[in-house]
Amino acid sequence: MKILIANGYLVDPAQGVNAGKDLLIEDGRVVGLLERGREVPAGAEVFDATGLIVAPGFIDLHTHLREPGQEYKETIASGASAAVAGGWATICAMPNTDPVNDSPAVTRFIIEQAERAQLANVFPIGALTKGSEGKELAEMGEMKNAGIVAVSDDGRPVPNAGIMRRAMEYAHGFGLTVVDHCQDASLSLGGVMHEGRWSLILGLKGMPAAAEDVHAIRDCVLAKLTGAAVHIAHVSSRGSVDAVRRAKEMGLPVTCEVAPHHWTLIDEALADYDTNTKMSPPLRSRDHVEALLEGLRDGTIDAIATDHAPHHADEKALEFDQAPFGITGLETAVGLAFDLVHQGIIDLERLVRLCSTNPARIFGLKDRGTLTENAHADVTILDPACEWVFDVATSKSKSRNTPFHGRSMKGAAVATIVGGRLVYLNPDYSRVTDAKHRQASAK
Amino acid sequence: MDRVFSRKHLLGIRELEAGEITHLLDTAETFREISRRDIKKVPALRGRTVINLFFEPSTRTRTSFEIAAKRLSADAVNVSVSTSSVSKGETLLDTARNLEAMSPDCIVVRHSMAGAPQQLARMGNAPIVNAGDGSHEHPTQALLDALTIREHKGRIEGLKVAIIGDVLHSRVARSNIHLLTKLGATVSIAGPGTMVPAEFGELVETGLRVEKRIEDAIEGADVVMVLRIQRERQDNAFFPSMREYAVHYGLRPQHLKNAAPDAIVMHPGPINRGIEIASEIADGSSSLILDQVTNGVAVRMAVLYLLAGGSHSDVDADKLEPRKNKAGKRKENRG
Repeated sequence: MKILIANGYLVDPAQGVNAGKDLLIEDGRVVGLLERGREVPAGAEVFDATGLIVAPGFIDLHTHLREPGQEYKETIASGASAAVAGGWATICAMPNTDPVNDSPAVTRFIIEQAERAQLANVFPIGALTKGSEGKELAEMGEMKNAGIVAVSDDGRPVPNAGIMRRAMEYAHGFGLTVVDHCQDASLSLGGVMHEGRWSLILGLKGMPAAAEDVHAIRDCVLAKLTGAAVHIAHVSSRGSVDAVRRAKEMGLPVTCEVAPHHWTLIDEALADYDTNTKMSPPLRSRDHVEALLEGLRDGTIDAIATDHAPHHADEKALEFDQAPFGITGLETAVGLAFDLVHQGIIDLERLVRLCSTNPARIFGLKDRGTLTENAHADVTILDPACEWVFDVATSKSKSRNTPFHGRSMKGAAVATIVGGRLVYLNPDYSRVTDAKHRQASAK
Repeated sequence: MDRVFSRKHLLGIRELEAGEITHLLDTAETFREISRRDIKKVPALRGRTVINLFFEPSTRTRTSFEIAAKRLSADAVNVSVSTSSVSKGETLLDTARNLEAMSPDCIVVRHSMAGAPQQLARMGNAPIVNAGDGSHEHPTQALLDALTIREHKGRIEGLKVAIIGDVLHSRVARSNIHLLTKLGATVSIAGPGTMVPAEFGELVETGLRVEKRIEDAIEGADVVMVLRIQRERQDNAFFPSMREYAVHYGLRPQHLKNAAPDAIVMHPGPINRGIEIASEIADGSSSLILDQVTNGVAVRMAVLYLLAGGSHSDVDADKLEPRKNKAGKRKENRG
């Protein structure tokens, strides 16, 4: 199958392209970039991308799919469906399923389920330690053979620095990036929100930013000791952004990501005890948000990741202390990321770097995050001007736990192509046309 | 009454305007007299149902609400849920929905977790009174404390109030800080560094000071409020021993020498004698601990009356004495 994505504006930082170009893909791979207005290659279907941005498929480094074990929250198929609806061609599945993905069997199961769904690319992340219990190393080599792209004990960060050191050294041997959810449990235990003025007002137990800071600093120090590639998940505090900035200045292989809710909302959003504002790391105060925006502006932050964490409505309907941490994010992330563009904090080229180019580099995903010749034909097509309102009732996720229901957005992913197949097209953008139409509309 | 309290719920003091607080206190004052009668009952809430839904053990507050409801002729029903919703198998909201299906006119909620009354108010139909939620707020306690202070000092504005002890875990302290600063008092808080974090100074815009030594907070104070050490809310050690706490943070007679000459001492109860407060003070002439309890009934009558739909005609004239001159004088002081 051959598709010409015509008349769009192509942004591919990996090959330094930022110009009006046509993109030709065939049989799941990129054929190449063509000058606009050239004859449509024989047999090609045309996707008219007039007025739209054509980017390498977006890659989410941080997705929680609940299969196996908690299919009532999300399945691999429903999560992948939400992903492509939100513009993510690739999602990396965190291992905190039930059972934990700490074995090649679970890894293979996830990959098979994703293949059945035929939507997004789903790349599993393996556990760092067995059962993510922070005690014994997981079988990273075997899992790598089965298809994992990174290792992490996300949600249950390894408290013991000695074990973390061994895990990093071991992962480094397989070229696997170690992803860490930075939180010192001895400082954050029992906390349900950011510690500060609002936790005092609301009488909820706080998790100090220091809990994230000391852990991030520890990981940077261990990156230096071990030489392992360390990726700090969802930075939310000024201290952890500073730690990554310093590590980069020292030339250490440290990267980080930020989740949209952390720069969009502050802890004051918890004022009504809405459990859809409860996540870990928590929404922090304005000063921390400023630090995240600085990190996005100066390039300290490498990636935007959703930390999509579906939970059933019944679980979120409990008391604030009892409700689980996490919100969905796959369908709102790109809209919220466009806020950064419209506010002038980042430009479009940087948006694509944050959502595609850099994520591919951080996990070493070969032939992805770019639209160079023979790369995988994963394409995200964006409309920066699209004005829309997020309605959770239309969400493709099985869960509804979002604080962004009813939020007005400007900018959206309107079509997603995975492996050369159009897997998502916003119904308002019926752009697939035949060659004749395209020639008529071409300049 | 020039100001009306038109809110549906009483969830906390923080969201109230000074005028609303004053109106609640004025209303409570009119109800105080009923408890001094031989026949302690008015028909103000006749035919109304008040449910006391207590997810956390309480004797004083539950009894106070129950007596308040009964003195207004409401039918009061107590529901005690001893365990948390999760272990019980029924969720907070399901419990509340079931009770709501029986058409109560007001639900009084006590819960060990902050925000539970707010969640119920958002999901249900009945007016909700927060009778204490976790470490968040305990609005009727702050109102009864204010009523007691007004009774003895004639005003709130301009007073200096010291709050001593475990401020971090105290919903009483939070509600009092909001109420007292809104009405123009200056509040100083003091206690162990683990229980009085410096960030507490940002809790309200003005009128709040954070001290390290209780002596500094008590200096010149017109009112000294002592907080209970809540062992049940402490998941790990916030101070080395009860003995050390008593020595450094327990209120003893010599502390009051530097307070204002006619300083009054309050405690939300139940007291840990010899730990946060010396018995000589608790039982002494400056202690208003039992006055607080008495005023608690009046405050809760006012709150139930305003939320559960009492009408003014029910409490008028012969049924309820008009306000005394004292109340009028007090109004001038408030400016």
